[in-house]
Amino acid sequence: MIPGPFDYHRPASVGDAVKLLADLGDEARPLAGGHSLLPMMKLRLATPAHLIDLHGIAGLKGICRDGDRIVIGAMTTQAELLASAEIGERLPILHETALLIADPQVRYRGTLGGNVANGDPGNDMPALMLALDASYRLEGPNGAREVAAREFYQGAYFTALEPGEILTGISIPVPPAGHGYAYEKLKRKVGDYATAAAGVVLTMAGGKVASCVITLTNLHETPLLATDAANAVIGTTLDDAALKAAASAARAIMQPASDARGPAEYRIHVGGIMVMRALQRAASRAS
Amino acid sequence: MNDMTPTREQREAALEGMGCRRKRVEDIRFTQGKGNYVDDVKLPGMLHGDFVRSPHAHARVKAIHTEEALKVPGVLAVITAETLKTVNLAWMPTLAGDVQMVLADGKVLFQNQEVAFVVATDRYAADDGVSKVVVEYEPLPVLVDPFKAMDPDAPVLREDLAGKTVGAHGPRKHHNHIFEWSVGDKELTDAAFKKAEVTIKEMISYHRTHPSPLETCQCVCAFDKIKGELTIWGTFQAPHVIRTVVSLIAKIPEQKIHVIAPDIGGGFGNKVGAYPGYICAAVASIVTGKPVKWVEDRIENLTATAFARDYHMTTEIAATKDGKVTGLRVHVLADHGGFDACADPSKWPAGFFNIVTGSYDFPVAHLSVDGVYTNKAPGGVAYRCSFRVTEAAYCIERAMDILAQKLGMDPAELRLKNFVKPEQFPYHSALGWEYDSGDYHTAMRKMMEAVDYAGLRKEQAEKRAAFKRGETREIMGIGVSFFTEIVGAGPSKNCDILGIAMFDSCEIRLHPTGAGIARMGTKSQGQGHETTWAQIIASEIGIPADNIMVEEGNTDTAPYGLGTYGSRSTPVAGAAIAMAARKIKAKAQMIAAYKLEVHEDDLEWDIDGFRVKGLPEKVMSMKDICWAAYNSVPPGMEPGLEAVSYYDPPNMTYPFGAYLCVMDIDVDTGVYKVRRFYALDDCGTRINPMIIEGQIHGGLTEAFAIAMGQEIRYDSEGNVVTGSFMDFFMPTAVETPHWETDFTVTPSPHHPIGAKGVGESPNVGGVPAFSNAVNDAFAFLGATHIQMPHDYWRNWQAAKNLGVVA
Ligand SMILES: Cc1cc2nc3c(=O)[nH]c(=O)nc-3n(C[C@H](O)[C@H](O)[C@H](O)COP(=O)(O)OP(=O)(O)OC[C@H]3O[C@@H](n4cnc5c(N)ncnc54)[C@H](O)[C@@H]3O)c2cc1C
Repeated sequence: MIPGPFDYHRPASVGDAVKLLADLGDEARPLAGGHSLLPMMKLRLATPAHLIDLHGIAGLKGICRDGDRIVIGAMTTQAELLASAEIGERLPILHETALLIADPQVRYRGTLGGNVANGDPGNDMPALMLALDASYRLEGPNGAREVAAREFYQGAYFTALEPGEILTGISIPVPPAGHGYAYEKLKRKVGDYATAAAGVVLTMAGGKVASCVITLTNLHETPLLATDAANAVIGTTLDDAALKAAASAARAIMQPASDARGPAEYRIHVGGIMVMRALQRAASRAS
Repeated sequence: MNDMTPTREQREAALEGMGCRRKRVEDIRFTQGKGNYVDDVKLPGMLHGDFVRSPHAHARVKAIHTEEALKVPGVLAVITAETLKTVNLAWMPTLAGDVQMVLADGKVLFQNQEVAFVVATDRYAADDGVSKVVVEYEPLPVLVDPFKAMDPDAPVLREDLAGKTVGAHGPRKHHNHIFEWSVGDKELTDAAFKKAEVTIKEMISYHRTHPSPLETCQCVCAFDKIKGELTIWGTFQAPHVIRTVVSLIAKIPEQKIHVIAPDIGGGFGNKVGAYPGYICAAVASIVTGKPVKWVEDRIENLTATAFARDYHMTTEIAATKDGKVTGLRVHVLADHGGFDACADPSKWPAGFFNIVTGSYDFPVAHLSVDGVYTNKAPGGVAYRCSFRVTEAAYCIERAMDILAQKLGMDPAELRLKNFVKPEQFPYHSALGWEYDSGDYHTAMRKMMEAVDYAGLRKEQAEKRAAFKRGETREIMGIGVSFFTEIVGAGPSKNCDILGIAMFDSCEIRLHPTGAGIARMGTKSQGQGHETTWAQIIASEIGIPADNIMVEEGNTDTAPYGLGTYGSRSTPVAGAAIAMAARKIKAKAQMIAAYKLEVHEDDLEWDIDGFRVKGLPEKVMSMKDICWAAYNSVPPGMEPGLEAVSYYDPPNMTYPFGAYLCVMDIDVDTGVYKVRRFYALDDCGTRINPMIIEGQIHGGLTEAFAIAMGQEIRYDSEGNVVTGSFMDFFMPTAVETPHWETDFTVTPSPHHPIGAKGVGESPNVGGVPAFSNAVNDAFAFLGATHIQMPHDYWRNWQAAKNLGVVA
């Protein structure tokens, strides 16, 4: 539980951080809240020779409205998300989910940027970003680019981030007023990652599902967009048959590992249940 | 004039003696972060040690390369078995009569076994050194399943025992066999089963788990070369035993060893034994001449220092058709891991498992236990229970439910029908114990009334019908548990550790101003001894508890004692405290008689002093007697007021209790909710009700954790898959149910104050209550026994096996 030796850097601007990353290469890692990186370092599963702490960069924090989008700075903590009335009103699913992440201590330090950049299939925020069709702003030695969250995740701990790039902001289109949402997460205890979790954002019209996105956490190497499952409920009243069809379409794309949370068979089974429960709860909230 | 003379009630209350909900005095420092734990010990020039551990569960160690590690800045030494052999310490004796490698000597027998000890100027450098030690292993076939340990072709684990057909506890049947232990009358028991109207048989497993105290095992060893003295600060539940063991194995005269157990952050049995870390830190200090600290991290604690349970109990009950038990037959396969390092009294290889007849009047019983080696960590400690008592309680309480189910009887009724009756005490059990006192029927009925047992069963019947009609996916379970413990080891006639009788001790010294200090051979790890011990003294000799300082844990000052585990502190040291106090009181009476100019027999005790019989205004308070003890004792009497008592208990004590758990389980996810938990405890005389309740809350939380998910699980390669708090279930306040506590009082007839001990009852009685609730929930679907732990996925698995989820 003792990390290996490393040098600590605290740049004051994105430019400096990018330059440090470029100069130091593979041996350097950005440090945000540290609540994924430091545990890995303590187990010596990660042994970066240089930590580039992003806390000194003022521009990376904050939540602002930009037309029909909300832009969140990468270094905004889960606690700050929870404290924001704007998020509570426009993106309430972020509040519901942030409260299911770890415990208050972790939420005070852990950042949204770190959570989505980490690439751990157990992280909860990436599935939301897929559901909300967010995009990430990446800044690197070759300038800035926007990448859709739906294109970002490539494998466990393997993302579209290029060497030397930093994720600086998350831009989320505001879902229509009256949308229904739910994040259903089964976990063994406070502080546990999901055994299975499902996020749903939908709209209803005339008692039927008008639009729907379903995403899944910790049921594959990456967060999943369950398109077939969503299609199975669009146009339905979310009757039993539709729910079951959604669950089985979602289960068809799940490939979780067996672990101490249970064998893969169990995780797939409850993954389907989370989908059904999230759909029902989201529909009950839609107007 | 205002009369300021305190009333009798006020005088009584001022003592804060037995029965008072006195606030814990130690909490003043604990809640302010001012405790003094081993890791707070920082000595000038102190070095830090850390282990290179084996990634393999079973492998030959071909070579250990230390050159690169020694080049790491700050690394001073790398100790291996070869180094230890020069001081004859490569192996150490265990409390169970086996030997254990301190550092891997030729092979490793479990994952994370200690292979080399790196000593450096700070903890970071030590770990950098650890990462640079290169060990060449040749993997060997791994033995994980204890049921395969005695297969003819099972891998040979303990090559050091080659040719040894007799172990510390008799003959060995196989190269992986440790001992066979049996008690009871086999012929009579077999006969009872032959003519039984009804029998049940079930293999009931109590999985491997771990005590996992908040503070891990740790020590600081400081060897003074000039004086030849070794001082050890350590997380020791039994400091005197550690001193003796160190003296015997390190050949240092016992008076030159100073063992200090400062504040301890929980023990639960994990801190009874001796670990390689202690030996290595001591050797490192002797070699370097500097103090050396060793502090385990959480993963090391969970995977390498003493586990608990891992008992596989094939249990049979014989009974009549109307539910009277006529015989009990149990065979246990005990998985001890790579070395037999169980912390039991020396003559008891399976602890007091022969309490397995529980609270029931079995006319005959037979028990046999086979201990085997596997490629797992050693241990087998009593995790918040007297030796193997929680295994026994779980075994019999599950089996009684299984019998009730077979008979179609209510499990509470079956228990009431078979309880040992109040008039049978002292009761001699078929497996050899003498139960001191009990009133089981009263406790059980009080519990049933408090929870409206009949009402719960009615609600359950309705819910079951609704489930069958498809109206709900939730099932309801009611778990009944009625346990009898055996604690307070123990009488010298049957208990010793390495030949030392398991007495305990107290020394009290009163000072002239009516205050004093008391020292015991026990060691609190959170039980609140500083509070409760003073309360016993307060009631016995009338000095306010606040004026008595309690000190434990320093072997230079405390009288010799066997330490704190197995709920032995109150039954044994608690008795010594009362006896020492009574010696003081006897001397105080002589001083008072002299000062009041009456005969001793003319005095009677009155709350906080003596008064002359018939002359209530002629009094001498204990405070005044203390003063007199230092200036005007009767001619011929020595001045001073102090006493020591070493108490050898005549018998164990037998606390008992009635617990009930109500649980709802969602069959689709396996998620459970504990709706209600009621715990009635009878621990005899109650010293501090608030501390008792706190102990019950803590023990129930552990029981909940164990029954519902806490396990040390190995994969088929012998890798620990639950080696951190992410996967080893440690409930937080959010998961922990609400606890309701209650009590009856049946004092122990042989204990000076009638107290029986309580710290461990909730763990012992709680586990079967939870497990019975889960089993009861599934019973109407056709389940007879579902193994623990009952975590979500296993509940779902059970539902699936019973065909109620697709
Ligand atoms: C006990 C515990 C329980 C937890 N439970 C959950 C849970 O249930 N759900 C959940 O989602 N999370 C959970 N977490 C993780 C937590 O949410 C982390 O805070 C989060 O995953 C990472 O965010 P961070 O700010 O701490 O990032 P860090 O740990 O600092 O960084 C994580 C990784 O992302 C990289 N990184 C960070 N920021 C950037 C950036 N701006 N640009 C590029 N790369 C970057 C780092 O180099 C590192 O590789 C838990 C953590 C703990 C300790």
